[in-house]
Amino acid sequence: MTTREMTYREAIVAALQEEMRHDSRTLIMGEDIGESGGPFKTCQGLYEEFGAARVRDTPIAETGFVGAALGLALTGYRPIVEIMFADFLGVCFDQIVNGIAKHRFMSGGKVDIPIVIRAIGGAGLRFAAQHSQTAESWMMSVPGLKIVCPSSPAEAYGMLKAAIRDNNPVLVLEHKALLSMKGPVETGVDDVEMPTGPKILRGGADATIVASLAMVGKALAAADQLRAEGIEAEVIDIRTLRPLNVDLICDSVRRTNILVVVEEQARTGGWSSNVVADVVSEAFDYLDAPPARITLPDHPMPYSPALEDAMIPSPETIAATVKSLL
Amino acid sequence: MAPGSKATKSNETPIPLTSAERVELYRTMVEIREFEEQVQRSYLEGLVHGTTHLCNGHEAVSAGVAKALRPDDYLSYTYRGHGHCLARGMDAEAAFAELFGRETGVCGGLGGSMHLTDIDKGLIGAFGIVGAGLPVAVGAALSAQLAGKEQVCVCFFGDGATNIGAFHEAMNLAQVWKLPVIFVCENNLYGEFTRIDHTTPYEDLVIRARGYAMEAVLVDGNDVEAVYAATAPAVARARGGGGPTFIECKTYRHRGHSRTDPAKYRDPAEVEAWLKRDPLLLHRKVLADDGLLGDQEAEAMISEARAAAKAAADRAAAASWASADQDFMAKTYV
Ligand SMILES: Cc1ncc(C[n+]2csc(CCOP(=O)(O)OP(=O)(O)O)c2C)c(N)n1
Ligand SMILES: [Mg+2]
Repeated sequence: MTTREMTYREAIVAALQEEMRHDSRTLIMGEDIGESGGPFKTCQGLYEEFGAARVRDTPIAETGFVGAALGLALTGYRPIVEIMFADFLGVCFDQIVNGIAKHRFMSGGKVDIPIVIRAIGGAGLRFAAQHSQTAESWMMSVPGLKIVCPSSPAEAYGMLKAAIRDNNPVLVLEHKALLSMKGPVETGVDDVEMPTGPKILRGGADATIVASLAMVGKALAAADQLRAEGIEAEVIDIRTLRPLNVDLICDSVRRTNILVVVEEQARTGGWSSNVVADVVSEAFDYLDAPPARITLPDHPMPYSPALEDAMIPSPETIAATVKSLL
Repeated sequence: MAPGSKATKSNETPIPLTSAERVELYRTMVEIREFEEQVQRSYLEGLVHGTTHLCNGHEAVSAGVAKALRPDDYLSYTYRGHGHCLARGMDAEAAFAELFGRETGVCGGLGGSMHLTDIDKGLIGAFGIVGAGLPVAVGAALSAQLAGKEQVCVCFFGDGATNIGAFHEAMNLAQVWKLPVIFVCENNLYGEFTRIDHTTPYEDLVIRARGYAMEAVLVDGNDVEAVYAATAPAVARARGGGGPTFIECKTYRHRGHSRTDPAKYRDPAEVEAWLKRDPLLLHRKVLADDGLLGDQEAEAMISEARAAAKAAADRAAAASWASADQDFMAKTYV
């Protein structure tokens, strides 16, 4: 095991490489992931090491290769697929929600579905309405899937490793605005455990802020701003959307009495509603103010830069929301 | 024409163009080319955001097809759609303003480079999801059939799109319903960084159409008059209730897939061969040989188009940014 600084993108590559070395039943499929290493270079070097049989460039056919992953999984392989932009999950939605997610159940629990679907999503790069979604809410309501959301290089490495070893279908929602983020990653870890719930990234007694993916960094920045005003915010990375486990968040709220949840999703149907509802059910008496949700507005992503920036929750908005509840 | 491919002639009689129209086709192509060159320059100046997909090399397809259409026809196209929009008469300043994220953009700065739309010109939509425009074109063609006004819908897409499910469903629907839709496949041999031979069992995509018993024509997509000659009879047949046609235009993109792609994966000999077959050069030579366009006139046309593109971009860049204070919900729901 060695710890080194690497980018989120490199962490993804490292996890894929280690797991493909570890188990010859793994293979990866996706568009332009062969010789060119992937449009976001998240498969760099894999083709050279593992060859065309295990690093498979596919035609533009998400329904085809995602559906094929189910066939592979049912017959002894451990397929990984890359969805270039999470928005394209829309194309293969049926294979995932009616197939991959339900097949084990419908077989009476007789089959394992060891599939990893990696989808690179998120806003902030001026890619407009059809190339900026994270797909968290789309996928949140599908029983049978596990959904993890890495917010740092170390999480990207760990979650992907664990997802590949998992015998369930795991959707790894990566964020394109984080691809160049740097951080320490302990690589060469043999058996990484799948996260079972959120994680406290920064302790604080005055308020609890919960976030996912790129919103975690915004929440941490908000906590910095609040500290300058003598307010200590606890920042929690939700990490796992499915299964959703709010125990840690409830514990935190019992200490801070204030809850703010931040997500890069449209307001209606966003996962923060679930978190708020569960916390209210479990820890109602501990809340000093109504919990707040900070989300994208309920309209598609505009293209023009300032408009996109205005939509995405900012550290300032998060800090101001916390203060308004104190 | 790409090595190994032969153009197939449709059975219909050609619909001739006047000399002036043939020269106009050249002008349209020059305008598209100069627009895209200006997009590239504006991109480098930081005026275009996110990504953009230029159509340099594909101009003959946009110009030749648009020439065969009526103002009340419909077009569906893709993220690589600047040429289709311009050939259809989209205002260049409004297009630049959209790429620059300005209030005066054709979509008010909400759509961006990948989604230029102008419903009043029949430009029903630019689809960023590969293949998504084909079923939509089927719907517009069904609408045309129901309305009974002899309109058609033209649907542009790439070679890569013929591998996605939506393509096949749309082709089948169009044929069984005998819809007035013209599927124009711009086969530039690549989908992003991957060559067609990696993803598709053959390079002549007209073969796809035969599986649906659809009329199909293979044409040199860099020869604007050939594109027109293939499209006009297909359009006429569709207007008369004769059903859809699949037109495969062999062409090549001069630049990378999108602005970040230097296109290193292409064989330099292949690139060079296609650059020699630049659709603008080819048509200019034909016009010169026929005594319709002298060198000076051609050069003047180019300078004029370049200046016009620059002026349109300058005006677009001077416009106000799209406002963050607008009523987005009114843009989302009626
Ligand atoms: C469903 C879907 N999958 C993947 C992509 C990413 N993508 C954008 S363009 C493109 C290549 C399309 O190739 P082609 O249809 O030949 O059109 P061209 O870009 O060559 O004009 C790909 C894979 C997408 N936009 N939509
Ligand atoms: Mg192509």
